[in-house]
Amino acid sequence: MSTATKTPTVPDSRTTSKGARLLGDRRLPVLVTATLFLAMYIAGLSRYTNYGFGEPQVFLNLFIDNGYLLVAAVGATFVILSGGIDLSVGSVIGFTTMLTAWLVEKQGLPILVVIPIALGVGAFGGFLMGYVIHNFEIQPFIVTLAGLFLFRGLCLVISKESISIGDASVSSMAQAQASLGVGFLSVGAIVSLVVLAVAFYVLHYTRFGRRVYAIGGNEQSAMLMGLPQGGTKIAVYTVSGFCSALAGLLFTLYIQSGDPLHATGMELDAIAAVVIGGTLLTGGSGYILGTLFGVLVLGLIKSIIQFEGTLSSWWTKIATGVLLCAFILIQRAMTTRKKT
Amino acid sequence: MTTTPRWRALTQHHLFWPVAVLVFLLLINVPFTPDFFSIKMTDGHLYGSLVSIVLFGSPLILVAVGMTLVIATGGIDLSVGAVVAITGALTCSYISDQADQSALSAVLLAMGIGLVAAVVCGLWNGFLVARMGIQPIIATLIIMVAGRGVAQLITDGQIITINSEPYKLIGGGYWLTLPFSIFVVAAVVAVTVALTRRTALGLLVESVGGNAEASRLVGIRSRRIKIMVYVFCALCAGIAGLMISSNTSAADGNNAGLWIELDAILAVVIGGTSLLGGRFSIGGTVVGALVIQTLTTTIYTIGVPTQTNLVFKAAVVIVVCLLQSPKFRAKVFGAKFGSGSGAKGGGKPSATPADTAPTTAAAPKMEVS
Repeated sequence: MSTATKTPTVPDSRTTSKGARLLGDRRLPVLVTATLFLAMYIAGLSRYTNYGFGEPQVFLNLFIDNGYLLVAAVGATFVILSGGIDLSVGSVIGFTTMLTAWLVEKQGLPILVVIPIALGVGAFGGFLMGYVIHNFEIQPFIVTLAGLFLFRGLCLVISKESISIGDASVSSMAQAQASLGVGFLSVGAIVSLVVLAVAFYVLHYTRFGRRVYAIGGNEQSAMLMGLPQGGTKIAVYTVSGFCSALAGLLFTLYIQSGDPLHATGMELDAIAAVVIGGTLLTGGSGYILGTLFGVLVLGLIKSIIQFEGTLSSWWTKIATGVLLCAFILIQRAMTTRKKT
Repeated sequence: MTTTPRWRALTQHHLFWPVAVLVFLLLINVPFTPDFFSIKMTDGHLYGSLVSIVLFGSPLILVAVGMTLVIATGGIDLSVGAVVAITGALTCSYISDQADQSALSAVLLAMGIGLVAAVVCGLWNGFLVARMGIQPIIATLIIMVAGRGVAQLITDGQIITINSEPYKLIGGGYWLTLPFSIFVVAAVVAVTVALTRRTALGLLVESVGGNAEASRLVGIRSRRIKIMVYVFCALCAGIAGLMISSNTSAADGNNAGLWIELDAILAVVIGGTSLLGGRFSIGGTVVGALVIQTLTTTIYTIGVPTQTNLVFKAAVVIVVCLLQSPKFRAKVFGAKFGSGSGAKGGGKPSATPADTAPTTAAAPKMEVS
C-alpha cells in the first residue's frame, strides 16, 4: 500500500514540497482518498475482525469484485482529464456482455475470436462519439447520452432475455485463479491491474498523456501551442470506449451471462470513483492512482455493508453520495486556495 | 434551390427544426393508423392518440421546463429523476399511513410534504452551485446518486401502493373531458412563460447564463437567480413526481423517474436551447418533450418491436443535434447556410414568430404552451 501512495511523486519532480506547499498540492486529494481508504479498512478490521475481515482474501476480493469497475473508471479518467464526460460507459458494458453472450452461445464462436470483436466494437463506438464531438462541436454530454441510448437499445435488439453462458472455455477462464500465497486473484482482477499500469504509463510518460492533460487544462492554449487537439480528443473517447468494452468482457466473466439491463447506471459509479479519486471534473488535474483508490473506497463501502449484514443495499448509494459531496467540497477548497 | 425570403425566415426560426421533426413524426403515423389525428368522445372523456401523447408526456414536459431555466443559466440538473422518486415516495408513504386515504386534507398535506422535500433538494443544489461555486453537473450528481437511496429508504425498498381517489386525480383523473394533468402542465408552462417573458426575470436568467460574473458586476444578484432556478427545477420535478406516482397509485423508489433527467435534457436540446446557457426557449422545450413522447408512441403504434425504442431515440438525438450544429450545417449545406445560422443569435428572428408560428405549428401541440 505504501509503495502505491508514493508513486504519484514521480511526475512533476521539480515542485519538491514543504509543509505549506502541501495544501496547494495537486496530489492532496489522492492522499486524502488513500488515507480514507486506510481509515475505513482499519475501522472495518477493528469492527469485523471476528468475522474474517482481516483475511488477505477479503482485500483481494476488492479487486476481484470491482475489476470491471476499475477498468471502466480508468477509461472515464482519460475522458474527464481531457475535460469531457462519457455517459455511455454503463451501456457499452451492458452491450458487450450481451454481444459476447450472443456470439458465444447463439453463434457458437470461440471466445478468443469474440474478445477482439467486442473490444473492436467498443473502441469503434468510442471513436464515433469522439469524431462527432470534435468535428461537429456538439457537447460531449449530449453525444455520449445518445451513445448511452444507442448501446442500451442495441442490447435489447440482440435479445430482450438474458443469455447465460455455458461455454466451457469461458467458465474455465472465469474460474482461473492466480495464487499469491496469501490468497488468489481472478483473471479479471489481473487484467484490471494491467490496464491500470498501462494507463499510468500512458498518462504520465507519453506525449499522448501530456496532451490529454494539456487539453483538459486549457483547450485554447493547447490549440495555440500546436497540439493536435482533434486527434487527441477522438483518441480519448476511443480509449474510453475500449476500456468500457474491456470492462464489459470482465463483467461477462464475472457473472457469466449477458443481460440487456447489466451495468445500468455504472457510468455514475465510474464518474464517482474518478471524482472521489481526486480528479477535477473540469479536466487537466488528477491521477490515475486516485481512480484506483476511488474504486477501492467504493468497493470497501460495499463489503462493509455486506459485513454489517443489517444494512440494506440502498445505504451504498447514500454513502457514495455523501462521500462524493465531501470530496467535491475538498476539491473546491483546494481550487480556491490556488487562485488566491 | 429557390430561397424566397419567407422560406429563409421560416427555416431560420429557432423553432423550425424541432417543429419540423415533430410534424414529420406525427405524419409517419398516418399510413399506419389512418385515424391517428381523430379524437373521440367516450364516457365524457376525450380519447385519441394526440391526447395520450400529451398525457403521457406531461411529467416530461414539466421536468423539461424546469430544466430549461437551469440550462439557461449555464447549469444542468441531473438530480431531477431522484427528486421525482423522493417526492413520490414521501407523498405515497404519508398517504398510506392515513386511516382514510381519500381524505382531501391529508392528501393535500401529503402533496405539500412531497413538494417541500423537492424544494429542499433544489435549495441544496442551488446552494452548492451558487454559494460554493461547484460545477452544476457534479453538484447535482450528489443528489442523483444519493437521492435514489433516500427514496428507497423512505419506502423501505418496497413499492408502496395507495388507494386514494383525490390523489388519483392529479395524474390519472379527468377534468372538463381532458386529462387533469394536461391542465397542470398548461398552468405551469403558462406561469413560467409569463414570469420569464412578461417580466425581466427571463432576461436576468439569460444574462446570468451568458456571463455570471459580468451580470453580478452589472448589479444582478446572479447567485440568487441561480438558486431560484434550481429550486424551480426541483419544484417542477416534484410536481412531475406527484403525477407519476398518482398515475400508477404507487411509489417505486428505484424506478420512478428513472432516466427522466436525460430525457428532459434531451427535450431541452431538441428544443434549441444551447447547453452553454444564455438563451432559452420554453416553447422549444415543450415541442422537444412532445417529440420524445411522440417518438415513443409512434414506435408502439407502428408495431416496430418496442425494444428498438432506444435505438430510434439515439438516432433522433443525433439527427437533431447535427442539424443544430452550425459546423455540421456549414459542412453539409455549404457556407451560405452556415453563415445564416450564425446570425441566429441576433435579434432578427424575433420579428418572424408571428408569421411562422401559424404556418409551421399547424400541429396541435401549440395548444399546450
